[in-house]
Amino acid sequence: MSAPQFIVHDTADTVGVIVVEGIKKGAELDGWVMENDSRIKITALNDIPLGHKIALSPIKDGDTILKYGHDIGKCVVDIETGAHAHVQNIKTKKW
Amino acid sequence: MSNKTFMGFRRENGRVGIRNHVVILPLDDLSNAACEKVANNIDGCLALPHAYGRLQFGKDLDLHFRTLIGTGANPNVAAVIVIGIEPKWTGRVVDGIAKTGKPVEGFAIEGHGEIKIVADASRKAMEMVQKATEMQRESCDLSELWVSTKCGESDTTSGLASNPTVGNVIDKMDDIGAYTCFGETSELTGAEQVCATRAATPEIAKKFIDTWQAYMDEVIEPHKTSDLSDSQPTAGNIAGGLTTIEEKAFGNLQKIGKTTKFIEVLEPAEAPTKGAGLYFMDTSSAAAECVTLQAAAGFAVHLFPTGQGNIIGNPIEPVIKLTANPKTVREMGEHVDFDCSGILRGEMNLDEAGDGLIDMMVRTANGRLTAAEALKHREYVMTKLYRSA
Repeated sequence: MSAPQFIVHDTADTVGVIVVEGIKKGAELDGWVMENDSRIKITALNDIPLGHKIALSPIKDGDTILKYGHDIGKCVVDIETGAHAHVQNIKTKKW
Repeated sequence: MSNKTFMGFRRENGRVGIRNHVVILPLDDLSNAACEKVANNIDGCLALPHAYGRLQFGKDLDLHFRTLIGTGANPNVAAVIVIGIEPKWTGRVVDGIAKTGKPVEGFAIEGHGEIKIVADASRKAMEMVQKATEMQRESCDLSELWVSTKCGESDTTSGLASNPTVGNVIDKMDDIGAYTCFGETSELTGAEQVCATRAATPEIAKKFIDTWQAYMDEVIEPHKTSDLSDSQPTAGNIAGGLTTIEEKAFGNLQKIGKTTKFIEVLEPAEAPTKGAGLYFMDTSSAAAECVTLQAAAGFAVHLFPTGQGNIIGNPIEPVIKLTANPKTVREMGEHVDFDCSGILRGEMNLDEAGDGLIDMMVRTANGRLTAAEALKHREYVMTKLYRSA
């Protein structure tokens, strides 16, 4: 298969992980969903570093973030599809 | 996986080691200097200086003894000299190690002075080294290799690829009847309920949840001064793209594979006694503390996936580093034993990555120095439960 630019663990996930360096705002990205081996395309709204997350759909303040098909925290600032999803807009629900 | 073998050192108690250290073990902080002098005098000795051993009591003292005795008893150790300030506790460590049948001798400094003890211990260490260096490796079944795992400086590539690669190895080792171990109580936070479903029985699931909850109630809640966002995840985790402890925990959990169930919950540094299988150990998530405890429980080789590039080693248990982060491979290459970044490019599947890691594990067992060994990383760190008396 061709090398993906981002990878999604589970079909239920609302974020994916950038797996290449140098992704710039406006780039059209090819993603691989590991669970069912499908491909999806998303345009990056920000520069996103290797290993950082990209929103797969619009996420609202208060929404649960899903990754690995599980709850990994809550959205604290609305996130648009294709935006960089990290500590500026996601917080833990623990401690 | 059947019929895979490696060349190991079979010890008096039947356990198999992959290194042949003569350890000079201080009972207490005061005796570090004497141990280092002995190791300096005699080639082939390994001193293990540490920070504690005075005025400890209760469970914390029990853990101190369990860690020291377990370190000496580890099958990667051929023989041990124990040096302490006084004979009573020194003797307790010697007696504990002696149960394995391996050569061990204790020396106490009080009433003699350090210079005489260093001379006496050096003569004994020389005998031990000469005996150990004549021991021969023999062919051993891969199922006799006890494997522990812990991840560090994780990032999102850890959860995507390097941790699942370890998980693939854990599943394969479980299939052949090996002893394996994971830990990191705090770093399962957020994934603890999912982790509990991987326990072999409801009783063990409850024991796991009770252990996790006790850590929350007794350590985190009374001591936290903030939401831990400067500690868990670490600054390195966040730089690597991990946002929350929950995300880190689900990545962490990938290390126990897809099918293996854990069969017991161990105290820190407690040796497994329920036969072959996967064990959860109640440990800190700090790399050196966790690996020191796993080594003290008798594990002989360690699989350590990293994202951003944790550089930890252990003096007696070889630590094999793997990463899936291509930037880490490029910038931190001298710390990486196994590169599984091909998974992220679709060039390698998990099964192939697992087989590649098993090959590296067998090569390491046969004698190849890991990156951490070659770089002389010997982090030996005691877990301290509370202040001494």
